[in-house]
Amino acid sequence: MMNLKSPRTGGLLALIVVICLLPLFLDNAFHYEIAILIAFNAIVCVGLNLLIGYGGQISLGHGAFVGLGAYASAILTMNQGWNPLLSLLAGAIFTGFLAFIIARPILKLKGHYLAMATLGMGIIISIVLNTEDQHTGGPDGMYVDGLAFMETQMYWYWFVGALLTFSVWASLNLIHSPIGRALRAVHGSEVAAEVVGVDTTRFKVMIFVVSAVFASVVGSFGAYYSNFVTPDIAGFFHSIELVVMVVFGGMASTFGAVVGAAILTILPQVLTFLHDYEHLVFGLILMLTMIFLPKGLVPSIAGLFKRGDKK
Amino acid sequence: MGAEFLQFLFSGVTLGATYALVGLGFSIIYNASHVINFAQGEFVMMGGMGTVFFLGLGLPLPLAILAAIMLTTMFGFALERFAIAPARGASVVTLIIITIGASIVMRGLVQVVWDKEFHSLPAFSGDDPIHIGGATILPQSLWVLGITVILVIALRYFFEKTMMGKAIIATSLNRDAAMLMGINVRFVLFISFGLSAALGAAAGILVAPITLTNFEAGIMLGLKGFCAAILGGLGNGMGAVAGGLIVGIAEAMGAGYWMSEYKDAVAFVLILLVLFFKPSGLFGGRGTERV
Amino acid sequence: MTLLKVNNLSKEFGGVRAIDDLSFTINPGTIHSIIGPNGAGKTTLFNLITGVYTPTTGSVIYDDEGVTGFKPYELASRGMSRTFQNLQIFFNMTAIENVMVGAHLHLNRSFISSFFGLPSIKAGDANCRETCLELLDFVGLLEYADTDTDSMPYGALKRLEIARALATKPKILLLDEPAAGLNPAESRDIDEVIKKVASRGITVVLVEHDMKMVMEISDHILVLDYGRKLTEGTAQEVRNNPDVIAAYLGG
Repeated sequence: MMNLKSPRTGGLLALIVVICLLPLFLDNAFHYEIAILIAFNAIVCVGLNLLIGYGGQISLGHGAFVGLGAYASAILTMNQGWNPLLSLLAGAIFTGFLAFIIARPILKLKGHYLAMATLGMGIIISIVLNTEDQHTGGPDGMYVDGLAFMETQMYWYWFVGALLTFSVWASLNLIHSPIGRALRAVHGSEVAAEVVGVDTTRFKVMIFVVSAVFASVVGSFGAYYSNFVTPDIAGFFHSIELVVMVVFGGMASTFGAVVGAAILTILPQVLTFLHDYEHLVFGLILMLTMIFLPKGLVPSIAGLFKRGDKK
Repeated sequence: MGAEFLQFLFSGVTLGATYALVGLGFSIIYNASHVINFAQGEFVMMGGMGTVFFLGLGLPLPLAILAAIMLTTMFGFALERFAIAPARGASVVTLIIITIGASIVMRGLVQVVWDKEFHSLPAFSGDDPIHIGGATILPQSLWVLGITVILVIALRYFFEKTMMGKAIIATSLNRDAAMLMGINVRFVLFISFGLSAALGAAAGILVAPITLTNFEAGIMLGLKGFCAAILGGLGNGMGAVAGGLIVGIAEAMGAGYWMSEYKDAVAFVLILLVLFFKPSGLFGGRGTERV
Repeated sequence: MTLLKVNNLSKEFGGVRAIDDLSFTINPGTIHSIIGPNGAGKTTLFNLITGVYTPTTGSVIYDDEGVTGFKPYELASRGMSRTFQNLQIFFNMTAIENVMVGAHLHLNRSFISSFFGLPSIKAGDANCRETCLELLDFVGLLEYADTDTDSMPYGALKRLEIARALATKPKILLLDEPAAGLNPAESRDIDEVIKKVASRGITVVLVEHDMKMVMEISDHILVLDYGRKLTEGTAQEVRNNPDVIAAYLGG
């Protein structure tokens, strides 16, 4: 794919440039907080986009995986005294394993049924996190120690910036490989994919697990950064937020996922000046974008340029 | 022991009737348009909150109820006309997000135009509990059950005997064929959304005197009504009703005999079981994909 | 020595016997056609052989191995490939990407290598692209290599499916109505492609309604009616069989 290298490396370079130059425009801790939050969301979305955009599946419960990573870190470091990085690893392995077990029966379903199954799974996990309060601190959440070597917010900024770049790079690698093409083939036509030798169930499970692990890792690091976890992170609203970010930015577009995460993290902040009207306006923006740009922002804008190119 | 069981049964059936109406609303919309309406719960919420509002304006209860139902039905029509129709042909995910956006808009509107407080409606015929077999049941619960039964029977009649009802069923079975038969499919969609909204509002009004209502009341109700619809078989109206009752009773029994903290999880565990073992639902048929 | 052997194969769909006690063999290196009136069960038979459906009774033996109930991807790794009557093109990809998916089993599928974008993946893909361009050329679609499939004409897409099936490096290729919906000129193109495929030593099994094509290129013809074998033989034998004539003209 020689001609695709340019937008791919170009996009990656643009991302690195943005991350490096952004501090020139960020004035205070709150700005950095938002930037870091965008990066966290973007990483989850890049993983989720592999599942939804490229793989053609759907998950309305991915917040639960973020929550599992966050609480694994919280519980293992605070209640059991584990090393934070080891806790992160344990969380990722546990989440990956859980995703693996759930994936096989769930991914046999399609469309609405799959949506509902992932929704149910996510809500059950969030209810458990809410209810087992002697371990999790219940609805009020629990406090989490930070990472000792992350001394300032700036450290965190550069770290998540690097993590985001790595995630985008890895996602692009996956897409432009036989595995990536097989995944897109599963989305294109499952039966045809099977017939050329793709074990579609295995692929769907694999990408589900990969996206769950992305989410878990972010959950763990997020817990160390904010020093706090609450069950909301695993809840229905957060799961929906993540899906909206992916779809809004553009499905089957890694950079779309990043853009979607950025816009939809900033938007609520921007809208706070509307006070009670915030939700109303947010909902309207959401509806209007989905109605008029159903492919999402980045592919729709890219489409405009393409049409300009065609003779 | 028997009295305790009866008590749980009563609360389960009351709750279940509400879920049944919400699930029925889902089914009607899904049948007509293959859209999962995530704003269904908000229709329920608008019924209750709307009645509170109109009561506050001084209208007597029956008129307030009527006004609230009409208002919610308008929202149903608006949703179809301005959000669903323009987005026809969009993917499942996109449509889901559109209805989620609609639910956010409706919650936002209620938050702004009315308020974020909890409200209650007066019971239709008083609060004195009735004693049956050692258990108590609120008169309002009897209203819930009675009206639900009436609505279900009325809908049955509507779908089987009236022209409009049959047109809706025809559209749900095969939209193109319905169009070729001269059925105005756009109108059928329009009516379906309005009908679902009205059903949802009715559920909300019936239940508001028992539970409090506020702008967020629709969220869980919507999700559980959805579970009821899936349990019975997406698109199967009577299945949704049965599903609602099953969810309601299972919830009440689970909360009573087992762990009340996990009450909310019951509905979702049930649908996971159904989706794993019989995705077409308890009363749904089987299908094969043509290659 | 037979390549494919079908023994007493039956498939029921809720009381309807789509395929009824069917047995036949296919020898390697032949072009074998399956014909019959609409509803005779030809596509169902293909689906049974390629693992899309599981037989109710009976067995399929491929390359001396019992493969009854095997999944399609297991059969693909054994050299069986097919095209579809209703196009199953990957419309979310370009033409060459479609063909490259066909080469899936011959490429590096290691997750770690893919995740880290190791050079072996890039080299493998570059190689694959060359081979797939050759395949596109073979079916006459080289100019469409980087075109989005959703803007390609129907006839081209039919040939694309064949190119994709060839990318699996099959021993046996099953084509389900490759000429369906094509005009005479396009049918002749497909005809040429099929002959070229057979000349490469690949066994071809063909479901077709285009009698001219079938009679001209087939080494052996199997006639189905109501899911049962009506007769089989060479083109000459089948053409003159009164039962076949009756079945097609409606008896």
